[in-house]
Amino acid sequence: MNIGTRKILDRSFTAVGIGSIVVMAFALMIVVVPIVYNGIGAVFFTGTVEHRKMLHTEFKRGDSQDLSSAVASSNRYRAKVYDMLTSFETELETMAPEKKAEYQSKYSQVRTTLQVLLGPLPGDPEPMLTRFKYGQTRWEKAEEKLHDLLYESRWDNSNPNVMSQEYFVSRAIGFEGTSLVKLFPYVKDNLESMLLPEFTVYWGFITDSSVDSHFFGGIWPEIQGTFFLAIGAMLFAFPLGVVAAVYFTEYARPGFLNSMLRSANSTLAGVPSIVFGMFGLAFFINTMKVSESKSVIAGALTLAIMILPTIIRAAEEAILAVPKTYREASLSLGSTKWNTIATVILPAALPGILTGGVISLGRAAGETAPIIFTAAVSVGSAIGLADVFSSPTPALSWNIYNLASEHEAATQLRHVQYGMVLALVTVVLLLNLSAIVLRARISKKLKC
Amino acid sequence: MLMTTDVRKTSESLPVQKATREIYLPPQRSTITGGGAAHIAAKDFSIYYGEFEAVKKVSADILSKYVTAIIGPSGCGKSTFLRAINRMNDLIPSCHTTGALLFDGDDIYGKFTDEVLLRKKIGMVFQKPNPFPKSIFDNIAYGPRLHGVNDKKKLMEIVEGSLRKAAIWDEVCDRLDKNALGLSGGQQQRLCVARTLAVEPEVLLLDEPTSALDPKATAKIEDLIQELRGSYTIMIVTHNMQQASRVSDSTMFFYEGVLVEHAPTAQLFTNPKDPMTEDYITGRFS
Repeated sequence: MNIGTRKILDRSFTAVGIGSIVVMAFALMIVVVPIVYNGIGAVFFTGTVEHRKMLHTEFKRGDSQDLSSAVASSNRYRAKVYDMLTSFETELETMAPEKKAEYQSKYSQVRTTLQVLLGPLPGDPEPMLTRFKYGQTRWEKAEEKLHDLLYESRWDNSNPNVMSQEYFVSRAIGFEGTSLVKLFPYVKDNLESMLLPEFTVYWGFITDSSVDSHFFGGIWPEIQGTFFLAIGAMLFAFPLGVVAAVYFTEYARPGFLNSMLRSANSTLAGVPSIVFGMFGLAFFINTMKVSESKSVIAGALTLAIMILPTIIRAAEEAILAVPKTYREASLSLGSTKWNTIATVILPAALPGILTGGVISLGRAAGETAPIIFTAAVSVGSAIGLADVFSSPTPALSWNIYNLASEHEAATQLRHVQYGMVLALVTVVLLLNLSAIVLRARISKKLKC
Repeated sequence: MLMTTDVRKTSESLPVQKATREIYLPPQRSTITGGGAAHIAAKDFSIYYGEFEAVKKVSADILSKYVTAIIGPSGCGKSTFLRAINRMNDLIPSCHTTGALLFDGDDIYGKFTDEVLLRKKIGMVFQKPNPFPKSIFDNIAYGPRLHGVNDKKKLMEIVEGSLRKAAIWDEVCDRLDKNALGLSGGQQQRLCVARTLAVEPEVLLLDEPTSALDPKATAKIEDLIQELRGSYTIMIVTHNMQQASRVSDSTMFFYEGVLVEHAPTAQLFTNPKDPMTEDYITGRFS
């Protein structure tokens, strides 16, 4: 190969390498930036007086005096809305029956949207669910709901050849000629005075339990559950994996059985995680009966089985990478095989073993499928350490999925989802970071 | 020891072929057959790697407190023979032996021999310096700790004594807690000698201990061997024939697995009996 071709090859290889890194970084940005931006919104946002009311009632937080003065000032503006409603109701009674029926249905829609926006109206029965006890707690949501109040959504399906199109009709037009027509501009103009939006920092999102399946409150049970599951899995898998790796590299005689075991191990590393989930349910819960039903321990064991092959492989590689000379030196000093492994080989291999551990820890924290059947519940409170043998737990990975797809109000709770995603990323990052620091320290001790 | 340290100076000031170099040979050591004083004795001892016979029916007496050099071209089986003495070849699964190799009259490859105990008595220093990635202190204390010395004061005594014997104490005494990998190659190798000495072996096997070192460090190791001569039975494998002639009492010449000649060093280098030995030491083949 002549020098020109070689240079061109070198350059094009470099270009492709840099290109792929740039593409990866770009893809990462596309994912990470919205997660961080929206996730932070779960803690820092413009909260309304309804949010403060909720905090005070559900979590006994906030100053009662401030709150009552805020509520009083907001009620002054709301009173006019309620008056308009009452006067329209009286007007409704005096209408002709067919006209009354027409307005009645429109009016009930207005009432519903107002309830969503401001909370229960005077004369409403006490709602059963906490989510209906308060109006909009976040200002940007309140603005969306204001739009719902002002405009009625309709679907245009007149043209059968195109998809139905949504369009909006002002509700005010529907009430032309009645007293209620004044309500719409009034609410529009005075929404701020009624909801008193102000910048809110809600650290409780991290430390609180959720209220009424994530409508209000925080995600602490999920964070704690993720920690329990990931660290529990490591407690089982790490020692087992290292012992297995020591056996494979130091004790196992090369042969058919050994190579079968190794390839089985490699295959296990590639098994889809949902299969491990089914296995966990069938083996740990149904057969072994480690718990009555889903529990943290069953989930941790399932995750442990899932990450075991990775840990074994990484530990094997690390042990094999220890220079042969260390082994020789130790043995020549009259050390037994076991002593050599424990005092020379494993310490020297520890950074590599830890790397495998870190990767597995991150995987255990983020994996959803194995815990669906074995450990995760969608709503629950934080459990104590003593309950890990009997209680299931919410966990970030599962609850992100649940909130996004199975929750009855998934579209209402995007901020909670983003908050959870950011929390999961942060938890994994923190776990990894601490392990990386540990690894760096050990490496530094091994080198000079 | 006597006038031995001057050898280095001679070799440095006159690096090339000073044929009539003085060789320290006490009169009682002009023989290689011990008549009972043999520390290690091989009788028709062969070593196989699978089918391949790497060392062929070697019979020799290694006398107690002698420095015995093993020379020969690459692949002649000299390292294999050396490593057989403390059973380091056990690490190679295909390796097996026939014949007898005796240490103090006991068969090294006997059924009931405890190889761990054997290696404690027969220490080894390897071609490449191989300190553990631990502190200097921990490196030396590794062996004694293994064998049950845990008293801090006692350990310190052993560490200091071993480092002094290996002539490296002055260089490292102020940084015993530093990682041994921070030392220079020559220092590392002397540290390895000290580490071996710390378990109080009877025999010291040196497998080309200076091949990875520069001339200055080599000289220091040679000095060290001179210092240790008379206290331990030492066997040294070397490619460097000047080194063999400088440091050893007797020399074994291996060729293709066969022990061609085993004689007092002065005799082997000045008046070899076998023509093959003569060819080798005069550099006609290598």
